[in-house]
Amino acid sequence: MRPGARVPGTGSAGGRGFPGLAGASRGLSCPSWRREKAPGPPRPAMGLLSDPVRRRALARLVLRLNAPLCVLSYVAGIAWFLALAFPPLTQRTYMSENAMGSTMVEEQFVGGDRARSFARDFAAHRRKSGALPVAWLERTMRSVGLEVYTQSFSRKLPFPDETHERYMVSGTNVYGILRAPRAASTESLVFTVPCGSDSTNSQAVGLLLALAAHFRGQIYWAKDIIFLVTEHDLLGTEAWLEAYHDVNVTGMQSSPLQGRAGAIQAAVALELSSDVVTSLDVAVEGLNGQLPNLDLLNLFQTFCQKGGLLCTLQGKLQPQDWTSLDGPLQGLQTLLLMVLQQASGRPHGPHGLFLRYRVEALTLRGINSFRQYKYDLVAVGKALEGMFRKLNHLLERLHQSFFLYLLPALSRFVSIGLYMPATGFLLLVLGLKALELWMQLHEAGVGLDAGGRPGPSAPLPPAQGVGLASLVAPLLVSQAMGLALYVLPVLGQHVATQHFPVGEAEAVVLTLLAIYVAGLALPHNTHRVVSTQTPDRGWMALKLVALIYLALQLGCIALTNFSLGFLLAATMVPAATLTEPHGPRPLYAALLVLTSPAATLLGSLFLWRELQEAPLSIAEGWQLFLAALAQGVLEHYTYGALLFPLLALGLYPCWLLFWNVLFWK
Amino acid sequence: MAAAMPLALVVLLLLGPGGPALAEPPRDSLREELVITPLPSGDVAATFQFRTRWDSELQRKGDTDHYFLRYAVLPREVVCTENLTPWKKLLPCSSKAGLSVLLKADRLFHTSYHSQAVHIRPVCRNTRCTSISWELRQTLSVVFDAFITGQGKKDWSLFRMFSRTLTEPCPLASESRVYVDITNYSQDNETLEVNPPPTTTYQDVILGTRRTYAVYDLLDRAMINNSRNLNLQLKWKKPPENEAPLVPFLHAQRYVSGYGLQKGELSTLLYNTHPYRAFPVLLLDSVPWYLRLYVHTLTITSKGKENKPSYIHYQPAQDRLQPHLLEMLIQLPANSVTKVSIQFERALLKWTEYTPDPNHGFYVSPSVLSALVPSMVAAKPVDWEESPLFNTLFPVSDGSSYFVRLYTEPLLVNLPTPDFSMPYNVICLTCTVVAVCYGSFYNLLTRTFHIEEPSTGGLAKRLANLIRRARGVPPL
Repeated sequence: MRPGARVPGTGSAGGRGFPGLAGASRGLSCPSWRREKAPGPPRPAMGLLSDPVRRRALARLVLRLNAPLCVLSYVAGIAWFLALAFPPLTQRTYMSENAMGSTMVEEQFVGGDRARSFARDFAAHRRKSGALPVAWLERTMRSVGLEVYTQSFSRKLPFPDETHERYMVSGTNVYGILRAPRAASTESLVFTVPCGSDSTNSQAVGLLLALAAHFRGQIYWAKDIIFLVTEHDLLGTEAWLEAYHDVNVTGMQSSPLQGRAGAIQAAVALELSSDVVTSLDVAVEGLNGQLPNLDLLNLFQTFCQKGGLLCTLQGKLQPQDWTSLDGPLQGLQTLLLMVLQQASGRPHGPHGLFLRYRVEALTLRGINSFRQYKYDLVAVGKALEGMFRKLNHLLERLHQSFFLYLLPALSRFVSIGLYMPATGFLLLVLGLKALELWMQLHEAGVGLDAGGRPGPSAPLPPAQGVGLASLVAPLLVSQAMGLALYVLPVLGQHVATQHFPVGEAEAVVLTLLAIYVAGLALPHNTHRVVSTQTPDRGWMALKLVALIYLALQLGCIALTNFSLGFLLAATMVPAATLTEPHGPRPLYAALLVLTSPAATLLGSLFLWRELQEAPLSIAEGWQLFLAALAQGVLEHYTYGALLFPLLALGLYPCWLLFWNVLFWK
Repeated sequence: MAAAMPLALVVLLLLGPGGPALAEPPRDSLREELVITPLPSGDVAATFQFRTRWDSELQRKGDTDHYFLRYAVLPREVVCTENLTPWKKLLPCSSKAGLSVLLKADRLFHTSYHSQAVHIRPVCRNTRCTSISWELRQTLSVVFDAFITGQGKKDWSLFRMFSRTLTEPCPLASESRVYVDITNYSQDNETLEVNPPPTTTYQDVILGTRRTYAVYDLLDRAMINNSRNLNLQLKWKKPPENEAPLVPFLHAQRYVSGYGLQKGELSTLLYNTHPYRAFPVLLLDSVPWYLRLYVHTLTITSKGKENKPSYIHYQPAQDRLQPHLLEMLIQLPANSVTKVSIQFERALLKWTEYTPDPNHGFYVSPSVLSALVPSMVAAKPVDWEESPLFNTLFPVSDGSSYFVRLYTEPLLVNLPTPDFSMPYNVICLTCTVVAVCYGSFYNLLTRTFHIEEPSTGGLAKRLANLIRRARGVPPL
């Protein structure tokens, strides 16, 4: 909707074009007493935009107050976000699912010794064979009465994974199915333990086997239970899930599954590497920021409380006192950690991969710290038994509670309706700025008729004056840079290793950075290509397009992954709004570089370690940054994480446009 | 695996003799038998069969009219005590005497497998089939689980299984027998000991393998009178090792593949584990209409090659009226896995058509597989009336093969489900949006715009106009 003089012109043209229709309609719309004084004063409520006078006033208001409005909106967005950890905005969690709420469950698991001996045997066999002791696992699972199957898989990573030291991966998953008596295997639950190269998880395997033995002796199961031990942690889980659903998303090669157990309703993953634990940490963030239904977390929390277990979220203890300032401040730290985790889009445990298949899942991690009071495997086993028994009661898939939430603590949550305004305010800044630019562009085209007499006599149709043709080159070039950033590092790794003394993984990361930085040199190349008309209008149009592009992208991201959307908006919005070729250019340039997606990643890493109370030195931070880049690319190829393509194909080109604006001549 | 179908209500009205008929069968005859099969895993399967026959001159047409054949499945229903009680009432001795004493609900539903069936059919009384009898056959199979019911012990007895022992035969029964499968599982002679020792044994070819049964005839007075009751005990002399159970020649598996709520794929895996014999299988699939099948995506592959079915009958679904019906005759090559897959799209139901628990998912009934499976041991054709009832569970046609009907597991498919608390919100939102949009658009489209100079002297002019209106003069 354009303000100013243009609309009256078109409006009257329309009126002239169809006088009969307009007249007839007006006759319908207005009661007769109104028609008598038809050319009277504009109607107060509805005519805000259709009335040119008022619209001009509004436009002037937006133009004059643009800067304060932008600042206000940005501050409001950030303040709203920070306020999320405080009680009016956080609510107590509550169980919504009836099937899990009112039923009582008595845990009877006593197989602590059995679990420990299983764990010892497993560790011994694992040491002996150097890989997952498949035969031993099969034998043991069969001896506790499960129906046992194996699945072998192999995957060649796009480039060597230096963090986990793997490239050509091949492994075997072992799973045993406990068939529910007299049921027809239509539904199942999954209990999975990932065994990686770095985490042996022997105690978790021991507990899994002991629980399987205990569960096998019970008659109350209505759903099958799948006990899954995966090799190469998440890769194995992904291979198994793809085979179970008979799809191939990531190019994994695996043997088809021999045994299935219907639709998986929920899954719990366990990571445990000591005989005793001081606390249980729960991870919810999944692939691409997906979260499990909040009821699953409530369930875990219920059994934490029942068993008196010390449970943590993001490794943080739960604040008890929410009335004073300390509790919410501690909650804010947890919330920030969760936002960072969720924004990374990487699965924060094997449960993260289940979420794609609409299987509600979470990962429990046993933590053994220097705390005095420790729990043995029986306590953990009882909590798991309770969870599985309640999940067994489920009639429907978990759907009653929230799917989109933020957690400042285990017992508190922020629902989507309450956190969304934070991003809304931030994006409003972009909208306001775009509006201002649009109006300025328009007025620049109209010339000097500042409030004089606008009307049908506007000399130049402004749409042509913007010179859309001049935008094509920068848009295309920046998108091409994005495409290069997405494709070239992995494609060109072999070329790079031949010509430079680096390994494949290093080559990928360095190419990534090189292309990223090369993008910054771009404006000096493109501005000559661009046919310049009036210089001001050129950059304004470009900036307008870039602002709208950014706002659209951030809006879409925030809808699916709030954390990522907010993080990017909070960093990118100020620089994007301020950037222009006039004024303190070096300052703008510095600001723009500091808020580029890569810098945001670096900053997030420092913030993350700071919040975890393990601050990074600069060198460590840089190393971690390089590792994170490699991991980001790898996770895109191995699990289908979308952060890398999103940044490379969406946000980086958009950011380049602003860089282009800054160096516009 | 040949999965259990919880409740299949299959009423078959079959014509013709169930075998070479007797000249004049006794009126209202009852035969009952119990077959106990100890499995190497330590579990034990028990199958009851009760057959009642009576003469009745119900009207019957000369030929089976195929228009009256019906097939219906309730995949959602699970058998429970509600089904057992009326089933027991059909027995002539109810649960007062004979084998039916053992039918105690709390034990029968403490098992890992439970299957219950009722068959009714006309049987010819003579070779020319001039008059018929009606046969009511009731079967009940349960598998007792060593891990749950046996607390890990692999020794069983009637009392341990049913918490009852046999005391007397049903006075109405013409035959009342207990068969115990004592087939040797290993090379050395005896692995299983049965107590009391059987007086007679019976050998037959069941499911293509030769089996030996110990027979206990309850009508034999000596059997019960010794100790006032009969408590059969099974003891493994040498406990069988934990090994994977023998795989049957034909088994099947069915699953839904894909993820998301738009599309999916129904896949059925048919296993033929016979080392050298191929055999055909008739696959019957009935899929509800709300899974819209893409018939062009129907693919059948075995051993990596396309397998063209020799016969296909497809009846498309009609929304809300009838399901898809797909029937195919597929040749299964020896020692192979055949995958039958067909893609579907999930339909959006009307919001009143959802079940009360829509997020549970919707059931798709099992596929039905019918096949003549080649047997390892040639069986000689037997006299149906003389041989035990369980023989007819897997009828042998010509000795080289036996008939098997398998039901795969039912499937649970999630359909796109609205949030049922939303309609109110949606109505509010759409009404507001429509009102606002429509109002302003209508306004913009129907009004002519012209610029009005800002009026001067607002208050004074209005006052003046008020006075003018009161005077009846046109306003300024």
